[in-house]
Amino acid sequence: MWDYTKLIVLGLIALFAAIATNYAHDLAYQVNALVVMLAAGGTFLWTLRRMGEPKRARPNEYMDDVVRAGVIATTFWGVVGFLVGVFIAFQLAFPALNFEWAQGILNFGRLRPLHTSAVIFAFGGNALIMSSFYIVQRTSAARLWGGNLAWFVFWGWQLMIVLAATSYVLGGTQSKEYAETVWYIDWWIVVVWLSFLAVFMGTLINRKEPHIYVANWFLLAFIVTIAMLHVGNNLAIPVSIFSSQSVQVTAGVQDAMIQWWYGHNAVGFFLTAGFLGMMYYFIPKQAERPVYSYKLSIIHFWALIFLYIWAGPHHLHYTALPDWASTLGMTFSIMLWMPSWGGMINGLMTLSGAWDKLRTDPIIRMMVVSVGFYGMSTFEGPMMSIKAVNSLSHYTDWTIGHVHSGALGWNGMITFGALYFLTPRLWNRERLYSLKLVSWHFWLATIGIVLYASSMWVTGIMEGLMWREVDANGFLVNAFADTVAAKFPMYVVRGLGGGMYLLGALIMAYNLWMTVRAQPAKAPVNANNFVPAE
Amino acid sequence: MCAKQVTRKPSEPVGTTGHEWDGIEEFNNPMPRWWVWTFYATIVWAVGYMIAYPAWPLISGATPGVLGASTRADVAAEIQRFDEANAGIKAQLVAAPLASIPADQTLMAYAEPAGASVFRTNCATCHGSGAAGVEGKGYPSLLDDDWLWGGTIEDIHLTITHGIRNTTDPDARYSEMPKFGVDGLLEDAQIDAVVEHVLAISGQAHDAALAAEGATVYADNCTGCHMEAGEGDPTQGAPALNDAIWLYGGSREKIKETVVYARFGVMPAWAGRLTEDEIRAVAAWVHSRGGGE
Repeated sequence: MWDYTKLIVLGLIALFAAIATNYAHDLAYQVNALVVMLAAGGTFLWTLRRMGEPKRARPNEYMDDVVRAGVIATTFWGVVGFLVGVFIAFQLAFPALNFEWAQGILNFGRLRPLHTSAVIFAFGGNALIMSSFYIVQRTSAARLWGGNLAWFVFWGWQLMIVLAATSYVLGGTQSKEYAETVWYIDWWIVVVWLSFLAVFMGTLINRKEPHIYVANWFLLAFIVTIAMLHVGNNLAIPVSIFSSQSVQVTAGVQDAMIQWWYGHNAVGFFLTAGFLGMMYYFIPKQAERPVYSYKLSIIHFWALIFLYIWAGPHHLHYTALPDWASTLGMTFSIMLWMPSWGGMINGLMTLSGAWDKLRTDPIIRMMVVSVGFYGMSTFEGPMMSIKAVNSLSHYTDWTIGHVHSGALGWNGMITFGALYFLTPRLWNRERLYSLKLVSWHFWLATIGIVLYASSMWVTGIMEGLMWREVDANGFLVNAFADTVAAKFPMYVVRGLGGGMYLLGALIMAYNLWMTVRAQPAKAPVNANNFVPAE
Repeated sequence: MCAKQVTRKPSEPVGTTGHEWDGIEEFNNPMPRWWVWTFYATIVWAVGYMIAYPAWPLISGATPGVLGASTRADVAAEIQRFDEANAGIKAQLVAAPLASIPADQTLMAYAEPAGASVFRTNCATCHGSGAAGVEGKGYPSLLDDDWLWGGTIEDIHLTITHGIRNTTDPDARYSEMPKFGVDGLLEDAQIDAVVEHVLAISGQAHDAALAAEGATVYADNCTGCHMEAGEGDPTQGAPALNDAIWLYGGSREKIKETVVYARFGVMPAWAGRLTEDEIRAVAAWVHSRGGGE
């Protein structure tokens, strides 16, 4: 019966998508509708062919297929996202790379949201979803709740990525940073995200452990808050059901404030709370040490959750935003410093007593550097939120450098550590193909980040100073183009740093591939059958 | 929830909480003291800052803060300070006869940096941040002595004030080159010949026989604006053709393109967007680069 319902729903979706393709007002919508039609049609056929097959029920095993798919997707989208990033970095250094023949498709303006969405939502999102699925099962000693709902979350998220990417390059955007996806993709994200929440909550409720592990507090906070932020920031009225265009419900400074309430907490809950959840599982597991302080984890968790949500206005200092909102954004950002560092302390101090592993285990080294970059970025962030500092740093490359030391250093490195941790376990291999290649990856990525961040500090501070330079009569001294020309050498350095980071990720992809292909399987034990821990 | 049973392992200084998840335990370590105190300090500082500055929204407005600070008032005050300081010299600049400005050291001491600033903000987009224009794209260089509409300070001032060939200012300088090719005013063979003649008078390699033929075409069609020897006419914005400076490129292909399709360069009128003292300052600055003739 359920299969018939699925067939009817998929058939209706494919039919409507075909109609929508026909009546589309714009190319982005048309291509998206075509993709939806193909996805729904393909799933329809797939379901139809499997109608008679008996279902395999394995209530006593962890559901790891979907995590394995997540590992592959994370690696794939990571490489894609970094590649686009390196390309647009060189587009900034060498504008000729905005090819004439590809105007309106591959120029910087179209590729920039493709890069940010690919790394944050495709690479980061897949990393978070697959580690949530892995961690919540292990620490709850329960199989994922909801049967194939976890697969729906996985494939729904991939569909979202493909829709977003194709619409960006064809001009489908609602012009909100990190929330560029047009209205119907926003609706689809809501469906997938609430399914994700259901799977996660269901598994937590089914847990066989008496208490909820700290990693799951962070992951749950991340999932719930992102749902709220996403809905709040994307309230829009479509101009037509057959168009990608929509009109925002709020306007002007209200819209800007909601955008940065969303934007900053996308950093706070997607890239911080979510990844802290990963950190709280993978670091103690890889180090084989207990978490440093339970008390610290409680206090910094609640402080982080309470304070982060207020900090958004610091993105709008010295704009139409009233002074009072600016003050609140700045003071809450300063108070956020220590709660952020609580996670760093707990991560680093978990290694106390096992510091020797830094020499022998490149995966631990990766995780430690990740936490180090987390600490650095969460100091730099509050500092940049101070109005006096912000008046220099705002709109400059310093912001770009700050974001990338957090994204490449913290989010990227902890994800790489998690991928190296998970691959041998999920594919039941003795060990990774090569620890030496992990070391190569580590050094390429670390040096790449240092080149990236330091070149952006230099250009950011330089252009900030050049922009504000006035002569004795109060006249600006530099033209904007002068500041662009002055940044050229550092733009090349940034591109090279990004290139090294990309090369490291390619080495990782090869290493993971060879681990699955070439390493001997572990002796079969009942590793997949779970028993509640003591 | 907080009342944990403490199980102490002999090798550890503090015990764990007694729970275990997938092999992970948690120590009962206290929070680092420096962490707690720094956290408190940031809270105290934040509260102090909120008292000092506008912070909490009320029904209408917000708490003003005991310092009475306002970023908008700060900006207004700073603008006013410079406005007041420059008011006298601005009035002098506007009152002075245009022709006298370049020689007036006092006025130029102000107009040079002021004009440069106006230029960088408003003109650099087309003419380049150094005023060198963009060769071949129709944005003239302002650094040479080759002027389309005249290079005296009066001419430059007029050009900036009303612009060129725009639809917004009835006093904009205006002239239009006929589209000799697409409008069928000349035949293909005539166009090829006149292009060769233009190559000849600009001192480039050319086919002498064809150029001689082109001289007649030139005399019949082009001299009205570009003059007998191709020296151009600044009163109608007709560029000189007998030099090496080209607005849209001086190659055989580019000149032919110009003859076939014609060109129609537009500059906006700046009166209304810039004040008179700003227009005078930027005219003086441009004049000081390559003006005078």
